[in-house]
Amino acid sequence: MNANVNGAAPVALALALTAGASPAQLPSVATVHIRDFKFDPTPVTVHAGDRVTFVNDDDEAHTVTASDKSFDSEGLDGAGMWQHVFAKAGTYRYFCELHPYMKAIVVVLPATGAER
Amino acid sequence: MRREDFLKHVAWTGTGIAWTLSNTGLFTAAGARAADGGISFVQISDSHLGFARPENPDVTGTLQKTIDAINAMPDQPAFVVHTGDVTHLAKSAQFDLAKQMLGTLRAPLVVLPGEHDVIGSPDNFFAAFRRGDAPNGWFSFDQGGVHFIALVNVFNFEIDGKLGAGQLDFVEQDLAAQKRSTPIVVMAHVPLYALYPTWGWTTEDGARVLAALRRFDAVTVLSGHIHQIVTHTEGNIRFASAASTAYPQPAPGTAAAPGPLQVPSDMLLRVLGYRSVELQHGTASIGDRPLQA
Repeated sequence: MNANVNGAAPVALALALTAGASPAQLPSVATVHIRDFKFDPTPVTVHAGDRVTFVNDDDEAHTVTASDKSFDSEGLDGAGMWQHVFAKAGTYRYFCELHPYMKAIVVVLPATGAER
Repeated sequence: MRREDFLKHVAWTGTGIAWTLSNTGLFTAAGARAADGGISFVQISDSHLGFARPENPDVTGTLQKTIDAINAMPDQPAFVVHTGDVTHLAKSAQFDLAKQMLGTLRAPLVVLPGEHDVIGSPDNFFAAFRRGDAPNGWFSFDQGGVHFIALVNVFNFEIDGKLGAGQLDFVEQDLAAQKRSTPIVVMAHVPLYALYPTWGWTTEDGARVLAALRRFDAVTVLSGHIHQIVTHTEGNIRFASAASTAYPQPAPGTAAAPGPLQVPSDMLLRVLGYRSVELQHGTASIGDRPLQA
């Protein structure tokens, strides 16, 4: 579950809680595809407050799990989609809990003045 | 999975099952007999209840076929062990279905978790299948003159295939109390040796268990996880991974990645199945039985 949310994120949170495996897709600045047991692209660079979409193109389930446990998609089934708003700047290492050799990075830069 | 990958895999799978066929008499009478104080039991694995992709749109149906086949064995096994990935996503509804279905087995049931059963946390797995004698998930027991050890190598947060110090201590103490001549059977979800580390098909700290097993006359190590039959021998230790009841996976290195493998619909039941294991006088005979010959 998304722990850190900005102004727009409670909507995403509510959708994630109620919509189960197929939440409505909200606008995001970047999409990471999971294909053949790899996160692509990595690293992906966004700004604080940005939403990132993760799409599982494999038929195997995967997870999008932060090494520091700050976010976790839990089981993301084949063809499943999950979104997360990165509220704070930082470098986030994440992996697939089912296949931990699948490792990737999201770099979150400080929010720009225009976005605030 | 592209078609050329699948063709390579089918050729390999056919070989794997043929090996078992020629060594165990797969097509002989279905009963796994326990004579002369021996013991027979059945292993099933990787049922992935909740999976609904094209590789097998009906994993409930193929698990039911497996259960029906085991219940029809004229000589019922001493127990049935499920070596993990009972569910696909560790959802409580998937565990409810698993309990309901596996509860119809005539023989007693032993369930070990796979990594799919503990996504996020092991809570749902334990709620469904925790044993009173195994607060941490791992345990051992003696039956029919055989010492059985059930291990859990899917609990580490960022490593799949790891037992951890506490469990390794348990194994070493447990084995130290056994006689060299006692047949040992070890069961765990992920293979305990480096079967194919590139795809994570290994247990990082499994070597300590194998070292503790070397002094015994006869050891059988049964696992799941890789959805195909692979056998391997190291001295006195015989390893055998089991087929899935849900879908096959590619042979090591024959595809870009592991994962569900699409086979023609008339092939699916031939690469899914269960395993009967019979131990007599310390000798284990393993019979892998596809859901359709």
